Amino acid sequence: MTTTPLTQNIRPGREPLSLKEYEAAGGYQALRKAIKELSPTDVQTMVKDARLLGRGGAGFPTGLKWSFVPMGPDAPRPKYLLCNADEMEPGTFKDRLLIEGDPHQLVEGMIVASYAIQADVAFIFLRAQYDRGAERLRRAIAEAYSAGYLGKNILGTGFCLELQMHESAGRYICGEETALLNSLEGRRAIPRTKPPFPPVVGLWGKPTVVQNVETICNVPHIVNGGVSWYRALSRCEDGGTKIYGVSGKVNRPGAWELPLGGVTVRQLIEERAGGMRDGLKCRGVLPGGASTDFLVEQHFDTPMDFKSVAKAGSRLGTGTMIVLDDQTCPVGMVLNLTHFFATESCGWCTPCREGLPYMENMLRAIEEGRGEERDLAALEEHCRWLGPGMTFCPLAPGAVEPVQSALKYFRDDFERHVREKRCPWR
Amino acid sequence: MLTETERREIEHEVQTLGHRRAACVEALKIVQAHRVWVDDEGLRDAAAAVGLTTAEMDNVATFYNGVFRRRIGRHAILVCESVSCFVCGCEKLFEHLKKRLAIDAGQTTADGRFTLVPICCLGCCDRGPAMVIGKDLHTDLTPEKVDLILERYS
Repeated sequence: MTTTPLTQNIRPGREPLSLKEYEAAGGYQALRKAIKELSPTDVQTMVKDARLLGRGGAGFPTGLKWSFVPMGPDAPRPKYLLCNADEMEPGTFKDRLLIEGDPHQLVEGMIVASYAIQADVAFIFLRAQYDRGAERLRRAIAEAYSAGYLGKNILGTGFCLELQMHESAGRYICGEETALLNSLEGRRAIPRTKPPFPPVVGLWGKPTVVQNVETICNVPHIVNGGVSWYRALSRCEDGGTKIYGVSGKVNRPGAWELPLGGVTVRQLIEERAGGMRDGLKCRGVLPGGASTDFLVEQHFDTPMDFKSVAKAGSRLGTGTMIVLDDQTCPVGMVLNLTHFFATESCGWCTPCREGLPYMENMLRAIEEGRGEERDLAALEEHCRWLGPGMTFCPLAPGAVEPVQSALKYFRDDFERHVREKRCPWR
Repeated sequence: MLTETERREIEHEVQTLGHRRAACVEALKIVQAHRVWVDDEGLRDAAAAVGLTTAEMDNVATFYNGVFRRRIGRHAILVCESVSCFVCGCEKLFEHLKKRLAIDAGQTTADGRFTLVPICCLGCCDRGPAMVIGKDLHTDLTPEKVDLILERYS
């Protein structure tokens, strides 16, 4: 069997597989197997034993999330499965690859996952500006309906599922799962209080599971290949492959499916991305999108799995890394990131709404040569006050991760800005 | 007043989604698709069509990057300003666009052709700098390339 299940059907630069082609490549076999030979609990158990961790950034165990959903005849109805395709984390472009490259894989994953939690309705919440993906998904969904994989009495088993797509009007916070629920209900998309958690009280107050695109794409392969095969795909205790990506000034930016934990930061940059461009040096990376701490030279032999990256002081996040080269100003880069988070803060809770613009202003002052020595301490203090547990949702804690680590690893650069009253890179 | 087409399209979304208010983002997008931007009257009428007050609808409309509550030009140029494109030089590109179009961020050219909008990550970080015009994604941009691309939009 393949070692790259998620991307095996993806043909860069060409149209994705049609329903017929996808079926010929073994597609919808997982659906047949799950729905005809396995109980919903069997599928849940397989996903749990496969140790599939959520690929949206948080790495929460998928099987565990599903186990919170009320099952059986007394469960509240309808139940919902939502695919979080709101890929707006800066530096992240892996779900685009899966959506545009193999839309039927996502549709099949949605049906199998819905079967496992006995969902009645499923939504794909697609970010704005993914027009090509939207078009391809729309076609795949229509094909799946006409083949009897969606709708009433799927494959004659009595299982029913409606699958719809919602194209967002664009706001980063919609990727937070409870904000996503509010967005779908036609409310201002601010996060909700937890608990209750969505698997119990979610969309329209009903049990709702929200999963990232890549997570859902893994599900049919677990059913097809079995738990031991899936676990053996990785090089760590958690299962499967991972879509890794590299962007920045490297020779071949891109995304690759590799064994989870089977590649280090250095190997990704050197072997996959072809090394740094034009003799530049790599000073650090954000390993998994904008809201992860910098890793620097001393960490470059860290394997890219959830546990190892956490041990190095950051997070695997989305697995798509952004490279900081030695001709780019680290202060400017962190200012850019903080500007993003300040703009995208939903404004609901005060520390995030007020604190992030304050941090942005301080960083801008430093970058423009108006900073003072005490600003660095004030920035560090803000990183603590906007950190985990201080805000309503994880946006601000994510936002301070690159700032706090930049202050640690690129301290000299910050101090030079203050001392020389200018950006040395401009 | 909503046009007959707008009303029909919104009602179709309401029926598909099963909850009237759930169609509010779709309703805004429909009005914008027909009018280029969401004017006050369009907002009020779309709100009524999905069972919301005007204030509730504006609360949603002003939340999203992609809903224009001010008149824009025939084409919105959405230029990615997020981190990967920043590393790859999007600031210079943005400066070039401002100079070439003689407008600042958020403004519309005198001939009503373009509105320049900085936008967050477009999810093509391996091909930055990037921008979107209408439904077209343009990647690996240079000032020279941008000049040629702009010619295609009248």
